[in-house]
Amino acid sequence: MEIWDGLSRAIELLVSLDPEVMRIAGRSLSVAGTSCLLASLICLPLASLIHFNQFRGKRALISTIQTLFAMPTVLVGLFVLVLFSRVGPLGFFRILFTPYAMVIGQILLISPLILGFTISALSGVSREIVDTATSLGASGSQTVWLVLKEARYAVLAAVIMGFARAISEVGCAMMVGGNIKGATRVMTTAIALEASKGDIALGMALGIILLFLALIINIALNRLQQR
Amino acid sequence: MSLIEIAGITHRYGERAVLQNINLSVGRGDVFALIGPTGAGKTTLLRIMNLLEIPGAGEIYFGGKCIPRSGKQRLEIRRRMSFIHQKPQVFNLSVYDNVACGLRWRGEKKNRIAGKVDQILEMVGLEGYKDRNARTLSGGEAQRVALARSLVLEPEVLLLDEPTANLDPVSTAKIEQLISYIARKRNTTMIMATHDMSQGQQLADRIGVLLDGILVQTGNATDIFRSPQNEEVAHFVGMENIIEGIIVANNEGIATVNIGGNPDGIGIQAVSDYPAGKEVYACIRPEDITLALSSTQSSARNSFQAKVTRVTFLGPLSRVEINCGFRLVASVTKISAEDLNLQVGREIYATFKATGVHIMERKTS
Repeated sequence: MEIWDGLSRAIELLVSLDPEVMRIAGRSLSVAGTSCLLASLICLPLASLIHFNQFRGKRALISTIQTLFAMPTVLVGLFVLVLFSRVGPLGFFRILFTPYAMVIGQILLISPLILGFTISALSGVSREIVDTATSLGASGSQTVWLVLKEARYAVLAAVIMGFARAISEVGCAMMVGGNIKGATRVMTTAIALEASKGDIALGMALGIILLFLALIINIALNRLQQR
Repeated sequence: MSLIEIAGITHRYGERAVLQNINLSVGRGDVFALIGPTGAGKTTLLRIMNLLEIPGAGEIYFGGKCIPRSGKQRLEIRRRMSFIHQKPQVFNLSVYDNVACGLRWRGEKKNRIAGKVDQILEMVGLEGYKDRNARTLSGGEAQRVALARSLVLEPEVLLLDEPTANLDPVSTAKIEQLISYIARKRNTTMIMATHDMSQGQQLADRIGVLLDGILVQTGNATDIFRSPQNEEVAHFVGMENIIEGIIVANNEGIATVNIGGNPDGIGIQAVSDYPAGKEVYACIRPEDITLALSSTQSSARNSFQAKVTRVTFLGPLSRVEINCGFRLVASVTKISAEDLNLQVGREIYATFKATGVHIMERKTS
């Protein structure tokens, strides 16, 4: 009966807009949102660069990117930890166990995903479209912009997938954020902690929010693809 | 002076030579049609002219200046022309944005763009479609968007690749009308590829015949259709009667051609300067042959008694195969075919003028 008990207390926490729950959810959103935005700013131009240029090892590079889709979150966490620990090469930034470190970790985590899916989105735009743009007098960068616009729904889907992966991961956020209350505690790390402490209700409340966000993202994605 | 000049263009895809030593010059305001069967290299030649592809060998001159093989100048020159590809590729944007994009890319001011786009949409008859997504349009409408998108740029040169392929007759007529309107009103130089000979004949000042990557013949419509240079061109332009023979006499420009080459063969009269002894092809267009029930007295020098061997009805025209000692194909209207009661075995007279016979040198290899 612990489940029902937990669930009813979870709904209570949600309905009353419990400040702690809201703060944690807000931090999750802002960390994942920032990671996703920055990763997109890096990956969209990079994907265009890779797609529109022919070079040796292009296929190998794309395969590597696709392999990194499956990168374990704890591995990224470990990497960032080693890099930014006090004795690490970037230790002087002193950002370990801050949201900054979490954002960096998530950017590394979701970049392959956004990069890979943007490249395949751009490949979906036919060669004829590119030729037509060139014939109408588009310069190189104008053509790239047009092709991104042609593939906008698929590109947006790639970005949303990156966001979904960022907001739902635990490993990296735990390792480089440290799950510090009021500072780096996000929904997933909070659920892990509360569950291990035996406080099911808070974990469930956060879990419901997380699933609800996933639902909204899915609906948005579906809407876009139907257009 | 020529606006576009092509000198010695040769291009290959892998091992296959698609274009071989093409030389062509098109003057400002000219409408030039490139005709040839599918796979002859028409599209590749247009792509090279639009600087989309770099030819394996040869040079392109635009306004007398040689175009470099790389660099910013190519974009500048490309922006003075516009190329309408065979399959209209509209962008997944509104009709307005589709038409406006070329102007935006050239850095045109916003309010000027709006005026120009409205005007051109009205011209192609799509004024009510501004906000529609271009992907939702029919084939004919999409082709008009493609045309508007190019015309709004007021290019000096318009390149068209099979502008009416895959369109229904009504859409085709609309597009053809627009093309000839633009050619007249704006004095735009046009180079169009088509496999439709009558379209080339109707729209173009000059025609070039491209066969297997070789520009076999260029000239005005009459030259190409009446006096093809060789057997291949003759076949392609619908010269159905290509008869082997030898000139046996030439009397002040009127040659007697012995059909088949045997001494007692049938002789036909043709206008030609070739001397006796020359091996030739005599070419007669099916529509230049008149069929009648009796041997009429006329100025035509050739009249033969013949037997109908086959009749095929092709819409308003009938294709009649006859035997008058040699095989001929004539084309008559359906009504006269009925009047003459043309059917297999019927005895008739076939008549054609000496000027209706085009004599072509036969190369014995």
